[in-house]
Amino acid sequence: MDILNAFVAILNYIIVPATAYGAQLALGALGVTLIYGILRFSNFAHGDTMAFGTGLTILVTWAMQSAGLSFGPLPTALLALPIGIALTAALVLATDKVVYSYYRKVRAAPIYITMVSVGVMFVMNGLTRVLIGVDEIKFADGARFLISAPDFKAMTGLTEPLAIRATTAITVITAALVVWALFWFLARTRTGKSMRAYADNEDLALLSGIDPNRVVAVTWVIAAALATIAGTLYGLDKSFKAFNYFQLLLPIFAAAIVGGLGNPLGAIAGGFVIAFSEVSVTYAWKKVAMYLIPGYEPEGLLQLLSTEYKFAVSFAILIIVLLFKPTGLFKGKSV
Amino acid sequence: MSTHQPKAAKGGKWRAPAMFGALAVLFILEGTVSNTFFSGHWDNALGILRVGLISAILALGVNIQWGYAGLFNTGVVGFLALGGLAPVLVSMPATPGAFAAGGWGILIALCVAMATLVAAVFLWGRLPVRLRGWAVAATLVLGFFAYRAVFDPAVEAVQAINPSAQGYLGGIGLPVLLSWPIGAALAAAAAWVVGKTALGLRSDYLAIATLGIGEIIVAVLRNEEWLDRGVLNVNGIPRPWPVPYETNLQQDPGFLARAASFGLDPMTGSTLLVKLLYCLLFIAVLGLLIWAAQLALNSPWGRMMRAIRDNEVAAAAMGKNVTGRHLQIFIIGSAVLGLAGAMLISLDGQMTPSGYNPLRYTFLIWVMVIVGGSGNNWGSVLGGLLIWFVWIKAGEWGPTLMGMLADHLADGTLKSHLVDSAPHMRLVIMGVILLAVLRFSPRGLLPER
Repeated sequence: MDILNAFVAILNYIIVPATAYGAQLALGALGVTLIYGILRFSNFAHGDTMAFGTGLTILVTWAMQSAGLSFGPLPTALLALPIGIALTAALVLATDKVVYSYYRKVRAAPIYITMVSVGVMFVMNGLTRVLIGVDEIKFADGARFLISAPDFKAMTGLTEPLAIRATTAITVITAALVVWALFWFLARTRTGKSMRAYADNEDLALLSGIDPNRVVAVTWVIAAALATIAGTLYGLDKSFKAFNYFQLLLPIFAAAIVGGLGNPLGAIAGGFVIAFSEVSVTYAWKKVAMYLIPGYEPEGLLQLLSTEYKFAVSFAILIIVLLFKPTGLFKGKSV
Repeated sequence: MSTHQPKAAKGGKWRAPAMFGALAVLFILEGTVSNTFFSGHWDNALGILRVGLISAILALGVNIQWGYAGLFNTGVVGFLALGGLAPVLVSMPATPGAFAAGGWGILIALCVAMATLVAAVFLWGRLPVRLRGWAVAATLVLGFFAYRAVFDPAVEAVQAINPSAQGYLGGIGLPVLLSWPIGAALAAAAAWVVGKTALGLRSDYLAIATLGIGEIIVAVLRNEEWLDRGVLNVNGIPRPWPVPYETNLQQDPGFLARAASFGLDPMTGSTLLVKLLYCLLFIAVLGLLIWAAQLALNSPWGRMMRAIRDNEVAAAAMGKNVTGRHLQIFIIGSAVLGLAGAMLISLDGQMTPSGYNPLRYTFLIWVMVIVGGSGNNWGSVLGGLLIWFVWIKAGEWGPTLMGMLADHLADGTLKSHLVDSAPHMRLVIMGVILLAVLRFSPRGLLPER
């Protein structure tokens, strides 16, 4: 019984939240890695693109709610998501036209374009604040729990509860669908194949008649969609606050680099590696230890690091990977 | 970085004096003219100048890294915050009994942590490949638990001492000016750690690694109460020599007589004098740094740095140790950032870790460097002062302008939303300025020669 209780505690406090968080990070890292692979720079504006896209989605959600639209047991934000994506994609494409296209033409150094993306980050950060403010916003509606803690206890007779929130389930399912669609697109469609060819060898791709403008535009649209979806899922699961999205930049970059920059599969693996390490290092293991070792009464919480230092976990993993395997776990680019 | 060369700078040798002259006019207008745009108080003008000078030093530090060597440091806020720790550690009085209660424990714990890392590195180098992974992991895990076993009770003991006012180790009660070089040394040490891991790899890895170290340093300052009271803030950090306190001045008959002869009341006179002295002190430091930086830039060492920046492969082929030089310059630049951080804290008189915002302290500094002219030390000074002035004033102009624009709108949610959001417009303005300079004038206001 105690072993079961310990297992449920791990499931409830580590596996379930880390899976949701990992899925959100993976979607974010996919966007970063795609832009890195095809446009060849580290996009510092990605966190704020997520914030902007989520902000737009929240506005559309509010409009729908006041118009009386709802999505049944699902959050209205999912209904608003396509509109949010379309608007964000439009903004990102406009940004590319006005800002980035020039640097591609003059073939500026990647670090210079990274610097440019910092300027874009500034603008997007400001726009998000103007659009929706700096306060914390909760916008999840619909059903709250898939399995609630009292139900689970009554059902199994265990003392440890297991709660799976609806937003967690939605996050995982949506992320799985999005990843499946993305990989299908990259592997099967003509456009997806041309994107991969362009990422592998730009000159060869140009020689074989691939239209670079089209590849770049499609990449931006996909990146905007991934950012908006990741941001909205994160906001549904936790809450929306513009500054938190800026801070997500570090774990997202860490995930992309751990997996190997430019490698989509690696980005997903990296997202889960970062999320599981972060959650398990900052979890207080006291309860689990008491179940597993009968008669053991630890003094402290058995927490390796306090939650304030969760970014230190991403950073430590990043440093370890940089020291030992700079191209990431899955082979990424190293240009 | 000059990947695409625009036309040569116009104006020749009069360009810099003209720009600085225009900047001086801005500050004089702020001090004398009172209208919608300027306050007309010297008090405000000197206040902006004071922090502007520190911003100029920060910009100089970033310019040393970016302009001399093309290193992209996105963790400016971290090095600045770490430097800001120095005034607390150096010039605050020691908390009575704190060292006896837990100070030694904390020091021993930190030594254990260091010893663990050294042992891990040593084992990694010496053991056969098959064994070393496990041995290093075991060392790290054991070391971590040993560290926590010593560290946790010591921290608890320190934080239990008079928690409402102290609850931290305190400093060693030395003059605050001494803390400035120590702040620089702290930041330099952090830069060594980051540089050692992230340099020599792809150029944007350094940007990402510094983003991380920046956030972590700020998180440490925010949470380690034994060190700097965390979010409870350390107040009453003494002022640097020669700056007096206003209240003392107001009781000094000599000062009162002099203030009266200028036609100032004691209140205004004392605040003005304090701000002026701060400005002079900061100008002295800035002058010293500029002198040193110009000497370095024009020395054989500076030429080598630029040669590396412009073509790493060629420089390496000429026998230059590119990674080693990069590490050196990254440390020097970060030391300047740490110095500025210590200066900023001794100006504020308090340590408020929650105030370290990356947008304000990292990316705004970048706007200063790029606008001023990367690679040009005087450009960074100009950019620092100018952008700081615009940043402060845009915070006031934004709402005023938005108020005027929204004046003819009907009262309602749209109007209040527009007026409320106006202060955030300055982020957009700064982003647009940065993008415009990068695109149309990548060499900035004062281009590198």
